[in-house]
Amino acid sequence: MVALVLVGHSPELLRGLRAMLAQAAPTVLVSVAGGTDGGTLGTSAPMILAAMRRVFAEAPDGAVVLLDLGSAALALEMALDDLAPADRARVRVSRGALVEGAVRAAVEAAGGAPLTAVLAASEVPPGQAKLPDDWPADGSAPA
Amino acid sequence: MSGALVAGWLRLAASRIAAERVHLTELDAAIGDGDHGINLHRGFGALEARLAAGDFAMDAPGPLLVLAGRTITGTVGGASGALYGRALQRAGAALEAWPGGSGVTLAQLATVLRAAVDGVAALGRSRPGEKTMLDALVPAVVAFEAAGATGADLAGALQRAADAAEAGARDTLPLLATKGRASYLGERSIGHLDPGAVSSALLLRALADVAAGGA
Repeated sequence: MVALVLVGHSPELLRGLRAMLAQAAPTVLVSVAGGTDGGTLGTSAPMILAAMRRVFAEAPDGAVVLLDLGSAALALEMALDDLAPADRARVRVSRGALVEGAVRAAVEAAGGAPLTAVLAASEVPPGQAKLPDDWPADGSAPA
Repeated sequence: MSGALVAGWLRLAASRIAAERVHLTELDAAIGDGDHGINLHRGFGALEARLAAGDFAMDAPGPLLVLAGRTITGTVGGASGALYGRALQRAGAALEAWPGGSGVTLAQLATVLRAAVDGVAALGRSRPGEKTMLDALVPAVVAFEAAGATGADLAGALQRAADAAEAGARDTLPLLATKGRASYLGERSIGHLDPGAVSSALLLRALADVAAGGA
């Protein structure tokens, strides 16, 4: 089964998201790297590397990585530098929104979908299918 | 370029960042998210503590720089932590060709500096003129290369590199930011110094001062 790696600036944010995923897709392995080594807001390449190594110890089918903000991609890229080539080949990094992408990816992974399908599920544009179709396009409250 | 010189540099850099953290944060508050000084202070403080605790072997400059880079990427957070960590790790990897750090020529050291700065440019997908740390780092490497070619010694070449970095940082004032958080501001980024360029110049000045023995 494909696993998920969640990378974000806030440990609390990722703890909450992991709890949501555990409810939506309890069988999916989820590893998180939130905050810096000292627990402050930020991202840490060593923590991201450790999170990826944890999933690859148990998830031979690969992992989809989701990020909260673009600056996390810099730390992620450094962590990928240090990952073993065989593991690096089994990583796919999502352009999807963190919360919605992770939930969709987890549900897809729980159904036994392959890595490419889990990635595709995570990249559904944010906002799509969140509100009813007849919600005003400018975001104002419905009449 | 000995391990002792590198360790002395990292310690001096940590104390100068501590002294300048409010200034760096104010620069960042103007065009970024206002945490550059705080973040660097946290990371270099952690590095200083690990040096003091004897966590790193000091005899070989290459591995020391690699470990320092790893500490910085793990503790600074944000883009600057990844970029400075990448610079230190690339410099360290390039220096591993000279295990004791002795017998390195200025031309060879120039390739080490170049590797570090190229690492920053590649990770940040950036180049000089975009109001980033590269606006200090790239002129510094060019000045170091030129000084080496005219027969300067290490301290002299680093002095000129630091001068060029400070001039490059000052020259970010009129630039329009197109990379990083400051780019969200568009034209309002004009008229402010780039905090990453300023901290890069600070780090290079600390290196020059340690090499000159004036620290």
